[in-house]
Amino acid sequence: MASNAALDIRIPSDVQQIEGIVAEVVHRCREHRFNGRQLSLNVPVALTEALSNAILRGNGEDAGKHVRVRAEVSELRLVLEVEDEGNGFDLDACTMDPTTPDNLERETGRGLFLMRSLMDQVERFRADGNVVRLTLLRR
Amino acid sequence: MSLQVTKHGDIVVIDVDGQLIVGNRQELKQRVLDEAEGGARRILIDFAKTAYIDSSGLGVLVSLAKRLRELGGDLRLANLNDDLQTLFELTKLDSLFQIADTRERALESF
Repeated sequence: MASNAALDIRIPSDVQQIEGIVAEVVHRCREHRFNGRQLSLNVPVALTEALSNAILRGNGEDAGKHVRVRAEVSELRLVLEVEDEGNGFDLDACTMDPTTPDNLERETGRGLFLMRSLMDQVERFRADGNVVRLTLLRR
Repeated sequence: MSLQVTKHGDIVVIDVDGQLIVGNRQELKQRVLDEAEGGARRILIDFAKTAYIDSSGLGVLVSLAKRLRELGGDLRLANLNDDLQTLFELTKLDSLFQIADTRERALESF
């Protein structure tokens, strides 16, 4: 039987940590019978974006800073919270449309757009640090 | 992620095995730039063995396509699975790249 226990871990600001966290969250979603597309696309890509934002931008890849990742998976939904030690950002102001002719050939700027495209809800707020919360309904 | 490089005439084919994401994108970028520096102008990246790509991986592909164009060359893509196809459609990068559904068709298209 799938466990409903939440994942709650703290990782150093190192992008090499991302794949392991993503694999663990996908595994938990698979146990709760999320669909194939959610397991192979929505969850891994959106979580990778949230973690890389936290590590690279929030914490500026400072080895002394950490990222906290919480994941609650149930038969209804996945709720992910990624918390960094940065000052935060305005979600709407920072989300650009990478599909316009002016932006199409830019190397950067697709991360928040992908998170919002692949998740049902993306929120940002301050708790102890800067938190991005991603919610995906199981389908 | 691992890369396998083969040559078909003057076309360099790079197979990407695994995820192309923020932690390894520089490896692909450097490999393509090394091939370009060595004179390659027609480069095909085959994603048949690729699970997913994040925004930084997509960004590297955009950057490499621009660099190849500046050199008078061309970067083309093949074998996007349904998930990757969705990513390219969401970001409209399917309009920027020439994408073939098989390696053979991609090689013939150059």
